[in-house]
Amino acid sequence: MADLAASLDRILHHLFDNFLDGYFYPFILEGLLLTIELFLLSLALSVVLGMIGAVAKLSKSRIAQANAAVYTTVIRGEPNLVTIFVIFYGGQILVNNIGDKLGLGYIDVSEFIAGTITLGVIFGSYMTETFRGAILAVPRGEIEAGYAYGMTASKVFFRITLPASIRHALPGFGNNSLVLLKDTALLSLIGLQDMLFRAQQAAGATRKPFTFYFTVAVIYLILTALSKLGLRWLNKRYSVGVRRA
Amino acid sequence: MDVAAIIDNLPLYFKGLGITLSLVSGALVCGMVLAIPIGLLASVRNPLIWALPKAYIYLFTGTPLLVQMYIIYYGTGQFEALRESFLWPVLKEAYWCALIAFALNTAAYTAEILRGAIEQTYYGEIEAARSVGMSKATIYRRIILPSAFRRALPAYGNEVIFMLHGSALAGIITIVDLFGAARIVNSRYFVPFESFITAGFFYLCVTFLIVWGFKLWEKRWHAHLRPRDTDAAQKVGKLPVSKPG
Repeated sequence: MADLAASLDRILHHLFDNFLDGYFYPFILEGLLLTIELFLLSLALSVVLGMIGAVAKLSKSRIAQANAAVYTTVIRGEPNLVTIFVIFYGGQILVNNIGDKLGLGYIDVSEFIAGTITLGVIFGSYMTETFRGAILAVPRGEIEAGYAYGMTASKVFFRITLPASIRHALPGFGNNSLVLLKDTALLSLIGLQDMLFRAQQAAGATRKPFTFYFTVAVIYLILTALSKLGLRWLNKRYSVGVRRA
Repeated sequence: MDVAAIIDNLPLYFKGLGITLSLVSGALVCGMVLAIPIGLLASVRNPLIWALPKAYIYLFTGTPLLVQMYIIYYGTGQFEALRESFLWPVLKEAYWCALIAFALNTAAYTAEILRGAIEQTYYGEIEAARSVGMSKATIYRRIILPSAFRRALPAYGNEVIFMLHGSALAGIITIVDLFGAARIVNSRYFVPFESFITAGFFYLCVTFLIVWGFKLWEKRWHAHLRPRDTDAAQKVGKLPVSKPG
């Protein structure tokens, strides 16, 4: 009888465990949506910042050059994790100090917005370097031809330099965006409820850390593969008309 | 600014710096030992041989380092067989888990760099080696690998910096490295700006040292690519001096 009770107990435990597992998979997948949103939004922000940074680095203004140089050197010189903590925790204090002075009381900074801005700022510095190189790779003659037609400087930039530089920027852009995709996992450390954060909770509740962390790893692998496919397509599109040996 | 809290804890930061450097150098050495055979096998043009090394590279470069570290540190505890094996004294220590995760991760990136460098070997060099009767092993040892290492050097310098920055993750799993020290100072005095920026400054200094070191190394290994210093060469009589008129 005791045997029967013990085995029944074991079966119930087994069922309960699997029931819990089944509950946690959709829970993690909800985090996937957040990860993808975060990835795309911060990627867009990093492209904008990278564009501004590259233009600043190539401009004739010493002040713009110096600012861009400090931006890329500091952000690329320290770990992304440190930057994330400085911006997130430091930024929260800053926002609240400003809020106090304006009499707004306590302002809660959303992890999602803070995370998007942080990743955008970090990868903007990497994009700056990529775009700077890409713009420099555009043949000087094409730009001169634009001026010869009487285009203004901004017209030359938007009609000639920018479109022609995309092909040169794509390999670096692809690399940066793959690193950005993986770095979204770091935001689980500041409390953003992404896949990894949820996997941590699932691992704690079921005591199956391997199962859930491995699941997250597989999802990241799939995301990386999809991004690589997308990048390859972009590369093909922007290399139309380029002859290869 | 709470400068006193930082100054009082400078010894803690320096201790953390020591842990960071030991983790990074250990991971780099182990990673290189793993990367050379993996990169070599991945460059061989036989699918039976490259399949496994390429899968390894894909697995470790396609997932976040943080997830890899969690799997090794927390995930291995899920299996009773592992918990009772001789490996457990190693796998229950946060320090060794971080070291293993970093080494496996940097091995994959380094192997990928090596693979690319090996595949770019100028075929004429291999033909020349064959025509003088070198065996396959000799060709690898004397021709392919030395020139591949040279080509891989700039990218490897980048990887070393990424490893330094990635090592900040050790601070998450209770190790008191540079980042861990900053977390301790922050939690004791609640000074997020000061504590993390101090860690960032330390990382920045180490990054600059690495960049400088690799510049020297490249100068040595890429001596043949430097533009010839004609003035100096003429002075020591290595180049014929053309007399004007």
